Amino acid sequence: MTPTTTRLFSAGAVDLVVVALYFAVVIGIGFYLKRFTKTGEDFFLAGRHMTSWIAGLSFLAANLGSLELMGWAGSAYQYGILATHWYWIGAIPAMLFLGIVMMPFYYISKTHSVPGYLKLRFGEGARGLSAITFAFMTVLMSGINMYSMALVMKVFLGWDINFSIWVSSLTVGAYVVLGGLLSAIFNEVLQFVLIWAGAILIPILGLVEAGGWHEMTQRIATRLHTTSYTHLWSTLGSFTDNPMGIHWTGIVLGLGWVISFGYWTTDFLVVQRVLSAKDLRSARMAPIIGAGFKMMVPFIVILPGLLGLALLPEKLVGESQALATGGHSYNEVLPLMLARYCGPGLLGLGITALIAGFMSGMAGNVSAFATVWTYDIYRAFIRREASDRHYVSIGRWSTIIGVIVSIGTAYLVPQFKSIMDYVQALFSFFIAPLFGTVLLGMMWKRATPAAGFWGLLAGTVSSVGMFAWVKSDPTALRYIALSPNAKAMAEDMYRALWSWCICVLVTVVVTYTTRPKPVSELEGLVYGVTKIPHEGDVPVWRRPAFWAIVIAVVFVIVNIIFW
Amino acid sequence: MHIHSMISIWFFIGAILTVYGAIICVANLVLPAPPGVVLSNLHAGVWWGGFLFVVGLIYTIRFRPRD
Repeated sequence: MTPTTTRLFSAGAVDLVVVALYFAVVIGIGFYLKRFTKTGEDFFLAGRHMTSWIAGLSFLAANLGSLELMGWAGSAYQYGILATHWYWIGAIPAMLFLGIVMMPFYYISKTHSVPGYLKLRFGEGARGLSAITFAFMTVLMSGINMYSMALVMKVFLGWDINFSIWVSSLTVGAYVVLGGLLSAIFNEVLQFVLIWAGAILIPILGLVEAGGWHEMTQRIATRLHTTSYTHLWSTLGSFTDNPMGIHWTGIVLGLGWVISFGYWTTDFLVVQRVLSAKDLRSARMAPIIGAGFKMMVPFIVILPGLLGLALLPEKLVGESQALATGGHSYNEVLPLMLARYCGPGLLGLGITALIAGFMSGMAGNVSAFATVWTYDIYRAFIRREASDRHYVSIGRWSTIIGVIVSIGTAYLVPQFKSIMDYVQALFSFFIAPLFGTVLLGMMWKRATPAAGFWGLLAGTVSSVGMFAWVKSDPTALRYIALSPNAKAMAEDMYRALWSWCICVLVTVVVTYTTRPKPVSELEGLVYGVTKIPHEGDVPVWRRPAFWAIVIAVVFVIVNIIFW
Repeated sequence: MHIHSMISIWFFIGAILTVYGAIICVANLVLPAPPGVVLSNLHAGVWWGGFLFVVGLIYTIRFRPRD
C-alpha cells in the first residue's frame, strides 16, 4: 500500500489545532471514565445504564465509521443515488424490526453478546462458530477504517500512511482499554455530533454552487449522458438500466432483507450498544431513534458524492487504478469536496469529522471484538472459571491485540476496487447466514441445537465458496448474480441472499431429523414461549411502536419522492 | 458503577463545540481563504463558527458539573 498521489491541500496551523484538540479530548474522556469501569458489566456493557438517546446515537455512530462516510460517498460517485438504498431500505425496516420484535429477546435473556444468545438457544457449537467468524470479521472491518483514515491523512496532511494508521489506532486502543464500552459509547456520541458539525456544510454549499437539486441532476445527466444516476427505483426493472447492474429483487431481497436485517439485528458491533440501555423500553427505543437519524445521513454522505459527479473537474477512478496512475479514487470524493469549500478551521473540523468517523467505527469493532473474545471464546473454551477482575483484564488485553491485528488487515483493502465492495463481501460471508440462524432461533421453537450449528456453517461455507467460484471463473457471475452484467455490489447482494437461503434450508432439514430442546428451556429466548413485559400506562407518544410507525411513514414518503 | 456522579456527555460535547466555534469564527475573520476554496465570498466559516459557539455554550452551561 504505497499511495503515489500527492496531497491537494495543506491544512494550516488552525486546522492542526482543531485536530490536536480532538485527540486530546477523546484520550481525556478515556482517562476520566476509567474510574467508572471496575466490573465486567461496566467494561463490556457500560453498566447497562445508558438512556435511549445515548444508546441510540451510539448504535448509529458505531456504524457511521469513516468507511460509511468515505465509502458510501465514493459509492454514490460510482453508482449514483442507488447508494442511498443502503441507508433507507437497507437499514430502516431492519432497525425498526430490531426495536419492536427482536430486542425483547436479547434484553430479557440478559446475554452479553449475540454469540452468547446463540449459546443459550443452540448450544456451544453455534456460539463458537459465530464468535470466531465475528472476531475475524471485526478485525477486517477495523482494517478498513484504518485504511480510510490513512486516505484522509494522505490527502489533507500529507502524513505517511503507516504513521497515520499507527497514531490513530493507538489513540482508539488507549481510550477503549481505559474505559471499555462506556468510553467507546461516550466518544461515539461526541463523534456523532462532530461528524454532523464537520460535514453538513459540504452538501449545503455544494447545492448552492450547483444551483439546487434540479440543476445538479441536469449537470450529472449532461456529463454522463444518462439520467439513471439520480433515480432510486425507476431504473431497477432491468439489470442493464442502472449503474450498479442490479435488479430490484437484489435490492429488496438481498439488501433490504438479508444483508440489512442481518447486519442491524445480529451484528454484535451495533447490538452491543443497545444492550447497554438501562431498561427494556430504552433498549427498544434506541434503534428507533437511530433509524430516525439514519434516514438523514444520506444528506451528508450520498449528496456530496452526487455533487462530486456534478461539480468536480476531474474524473475519479477505482482504488487500484488511482494508485497506479497517481489520480484520485472514488473513495476520496468526500475529502475532495471538503477541501473545495472549507476555509481555515473549517477544514480542520471536517478532517476531525472524518477522523471521528474512523475512531467511532474502529472503537465499535474493537470493543465488540474484546467482548466476544473474552466471553464467547476465552471464557467458553479456554478458562471457564476465573474472577470478574481477570476477565476485565483479558478484555483490556484483547482490545490491544485486536488493534494490532487490525493494523495488518488494513493492507488488504487496496486489492478491492471500492471499499464498500470489500465490506459487502464480508457481510455476505458472515452476517447473512448468521441472520438466518438467529431469526429461526428466535421465531421457531422447533429449531434444534444441531440445526443451528449446521445451518450457520453451511451458509458461511457456501458464501465463501460462491465468492471463490466467481473469482476463479468470472462467467459464474451469471449464475450467482443472475446476470453477466452485474457489478461487484450486485454480486454481493445475491451471494448474501443465496447463503441465507442455504442456511435456512439446512437448518430446517436438520431440525426435522434431530431432537428439539424442551420448551421449558426456551423461555426468554423464543417467540411464543416468552412473556414480554407490558409497557404499563404510558402515553402513546412515549411508546416505541408509535415512533416506529412515524419513522416507517417518513421512510415510504422519501422513497416515493426520489423514485 | 456510581453513574450519578459522572459528568454528562453533553457537557463534553458543549465544551468542545464552544472552543471549536470560537476558533473557526475568529480564524475566518482574520485569515484569508486558501486559494481554490469555492464560495469563500459567503463567509461560511464565520457563520458556522458562530453557530457552533452559541450551541456549544448553551450545552456547556446546561449540563455543567454541579458538585
